[in-house]
This record gives sequence, C-alpha cells and structure tokens, in this order.
Amino acid sequence: MRKLKEWNAAAVAEVVEFRGETTVLVPRQHLLATAEYLAGEPSLRFSFLSDLSAVDRFPLEPRFEVNYHLLSIEKRLRLRLKVKLSSNDAVVHSMTPVWPTANWHERETFDLFGIQFSGHPDLRRILMPDDWEGYPLRKDYPTEGYR
Amino acid sequence: MDDPNPANDRQAATAAVELGPAENKMVLNMGPQHPSTHGVLRVILELDGETVLKADPIIGYLHTGIEKSCEAKTYSQAITLTDRIDYLAPLSNNLGYCLAVEKLLGIEIPKRAQYIRVLLTELTRIASHLVWLGTHAIDLGAMSVFLYGFREREEIMKIFEYVSGQRMMTSYFRIGGLALEPPPGWLDRVRRVMDSLPGHIDEYEDLLTHNRIWIARTQGIGILDPDDAIALGVSGPMLRASGVAYDVRRAFPYSSYDEFEFNIPTQTASDCYARYLVRVAEIRESIKIVRQAMEKVPAEGPFRASLPGIIPPPREEMKTSIEGLIYHFKIFTEGFAPPRGEVYQAIESPRGELGVFVVSDGSPKPYRVKFRAPSFVNLQSLPKFVVGRLIADVVACIGTTDIVLGEVDR
Repeated sequence: MRKLKEWNAAAVAEVVEFRGETTVLVPRQHLLATAEYLAGEPSLRFSFLSDLSAVDRFPLEPRFEVNYHLLSIEKRLRLRLKVKLSSNDAVVHSMTPVWPTANWHERETFDLFGIQFSGHPDLRRILMPDDWEGYPLRKDYPTEGYR
Repeated sequence: MDDPNPANDRQAATAAVELGPAENKMVLNMGPQHPSTHGVLRVILELDGETVLKADPIIGYLHTGIEKSCEAKTYSQAITLTDRIDYLAPLSNNLGYCLAVEKLLGIEIPKRAQYIRVLLTELTRIASHLVWLGTHAIDLGAMSVFLYGFREREEIMKIFEYVSGQRMMTSYFRIGGLALEPPPGWLDRVRRVMDSLPGHIDEYEDLLTHNRIWIARTQGIGILDPDDAIALGVSGPMLRASGVAYDVRRAFPYSSYDEFEFNIPTQTASDCYARYLVRVAEIRESIKIVRQAMEKVPAEGPFRASLPGIIPPPREEMKTSIEGLIYHFKIFTEGFAPPRGEVYQAIESPRGELGVFVVSDGSPKPYRVKFRAPSFVNLQSLPKFVVGRLIADVVACIGTTDIVLGEVDR
C-alpha cells in the first residue's frame, strides 16, 4: 500500500509507523494532489475522510500539524496524512474539493487554531462566537481563557 | 388585493414565483430553543412559502472546550470529561477514549473486562436508540412511543446505576479495564431486562412500522444518496440506511467484537423511514450481542490489566504491600507517562464512527485529544437532504440525524 504511495509521487517526506498506524508526512505543495490520488486510485479508494484535526507544537517551528485521517471503506484501510505549517504562514489548501466533509472540520480547525484553508467556500467560526478573539486550542491560550 | 376576481390573485401569485426566490424569500430562524432540535441547535432556513431553499445549521451553543480541558488533566482524569461529550451514550465515549490510551500504551486488557465492556456499550446503544426513537416519534406527534421508550430506558439506567454507581455519567471504563468489580447478581438484572425488551420492541413496531401517519411523515423524506453520504463523512445508522454496510465493529474490530455474531442491518431507501428501520433492527442486534456477552463473561477473573505504575493495583494490594501503596499514590498524584506518539482509535458509537485522536508528548497529560464526533459530521449533511422539502420535514430530518448537541459542540 505504501509502495503504491511512493510510486505515485515523491510527495512522501516521511513515513511513521506507530502502534499499527501509518502516518505519511506530505509537503504542503503536494497535499492536494496526493489527496486526489488517494481518493481516486481504484486500488485504494480513500473516499472517506474520517477526521481532520490540528496539533499546536508551540514553541517549536513549524508550529502546526494538520492531520487527515483517511478511511477506505472498501479496502478496510486507514491512513493518516500530516502536513506541517509554520506560524507565520499557517495556510493550507482546503480539502473540500476532494472530500466535502472537510468543510466543517476545516471551519473548526480555523476556529480553534487560526489555521487558514485557502479555497474553502465558507471559512468562518463554527463553535466559538463570531466576535471571539484568539484561538482557544493554541498552546499559548490559557485554559481558563483571558479574564 | 381589492381585486374581487380570485383568478387574478392566482395569476399574481404565479408571477411572484416566477420572479424567483429573491422576491418571495423568507428567512426563518429555528432554535436554538426549539423542542424539536434536541438541544440547542439553531437552523437558519430560507423559505419560499413552506419550501426550504437553504438551511444553515448554527452550532456552538453548548461548546465547553472539552478538548482543551483534557490537555490540563492527566490521562485518567480526562475520562470523566468524555462522559459529558455524548450524554446519551457515556459508556461509548469512555470506551473510545480508554481504547485510544490503551493503544498508545500498547496494552491488552483481560478478556473478562473486554466482554463486560461490550455488554455495557451495547446496553448503551439500546438506551440511546430508545431515546432517539421516543424523541423522534414525539416530534412527529406520536406521544406514546416516547413514554414507552423512556420506560425501558429507565430499566437500563438502573443496570448502569447498579454496576457503576451512576445512571448517566458513569466513567466506569478506566484505562486498563474497569473501575470496579461488577456487583453480584448484575447479570440476572441484565437478563431480566433483555428477556422483556424484544416484546417491547414489537410494541413500538406495532405502533409505528405500519402506521400510515408515520409512513407519510418519514417515507421518501430526507433522501441521502450513498455517494453523498460517503463524501460528507456520514457514518453510523445514517450511512447504513443509505445502503453502505460500514460498521466499525465489523470493519476494524475492537474489544473482542470479532468474537460476537451479529448482523449489520442496512436499508437502501436512504430516507427517514429507512433510518428508523435500521435503528430498530440495531436494537435487536444489540440484544443478541448482549445475550452472547452474558454467556461469555466469566464469573470470576481480573477486571483490570496488571501493569505496575500505570494501572492502579487492586485495593487489597494497595493496603497490604508497600509497592502497591507507592504505585497507587503515584498514579493518583502525578499520573503515568505513555510513550511519545499519536493514535487514532475509532469505535461504533450509537451515532456512528466515534474517533479519538490522542497525541502524547511523553508527559502524564495528553498533549492533544481530539474527538471525531459522529453527530458533528452527520449534522453537516442536514442541508443536503432538507433543501427542497417542507418545513415540517425539517423536523423529521433533524430527528433521524440523531444529533446530541453535547457531542456536536464538545
């Protein structure tokens, strides 16, 4: 399965195996093409995006990691794609053209981490009020909030 | 208006429709305090007469920052927060979180604990589906099913209370096993409820399945094609009602589900009625699983894995041995530190694929916990099958989506 992945492109920066899960680190510029390939390739059919979430590695740089949990219902496979983003350029291409379900997931990630998704049809806050200041799930945001 | 000829009126009305929605459009705010939104969901509807042109669910009214709070707690402390995500299926959340942390630690728990977990989560599924059936039926005007459904659910709640000490916020599953040894005679109580339940399900089906009003309100309403469902990430009974037989229990078995025999009910009609049929069939399948689990659970044996320093020792050992005392003290004061890494564990909650993504940085507190809440994702598909329908159908559609706002907003 990973062989196919490498055959496709040199879009694989790193592969991590942990507890039976495969994580593929993808450079940002290759992400959309990789996603399209994985969703469309008949022998893989990762047509289901289970989850999309971010991790803040503050104060490390690149600060943000965005994780895409893919699922192939037909082949019973799971795969995690990971993209790293630096804090001064926290922009990644939206996955809504490939998996429409990414819409709300990306809104949530934008809402709580402040990561921008270029090409997203409707990028606005989803859980927090529209006039909220700051991004609560960032590590430099206090758990108690600002008083 | 003062034209006495009704034909002209009709003409004017047709002209207005032809002018397009912009001329005739009305915006209706539904919720957040609306009895049929099952919590604090707000939907902004754009209407042309009674036809929905656009629906925009607004969520976040119940956002409590559970994921952020988890980062400030130790791995064990965070279990109590998971109860509060999906308050109709707390044990499913407990299970998802505990399995994720156990995967992170790389441990396998005793078979006895696994079977008890299966048994209790299936009871949770039954209880959750009963609440869904009752509230959905009351939305559509069938009062009695609501009362019956809650009557049976109460019996299951009593089992939870007997076993864990709590009706709803059980926190009964712990990392490495269970919180307590189940009390004596608990299986007899489960058996009693399971013996009476199939007859009650028949009662509900008598009331609804062939009820003409019920069929008129649900059949052909809220159709979600399988391709759309997959593209929108819909999971659980909603996906199976669209003809996709994907169930995490079967596709990626956890907690010994591969040792149980059960069917995955599917329907192909993809409408509200199909979702009703799937959920009722699921209750019956869950009863089958509970029955099998009752046979499998050994009367005696460990209910917790033994892993000094990570899983608390038995109470007796804590009181009699110095190592036990030290481990107990350390676990409850500073917690334990799993290895660095990240895991994603999915389970089949009553509402669909509940995923728990845990990132560890090697400290006793989770670096990041993300709950992939099935209601959140399923709710996203609401506009897809509501647009073009009548307002009254919106109520039926929200009902069959089976959302729990605690889980949507977290």
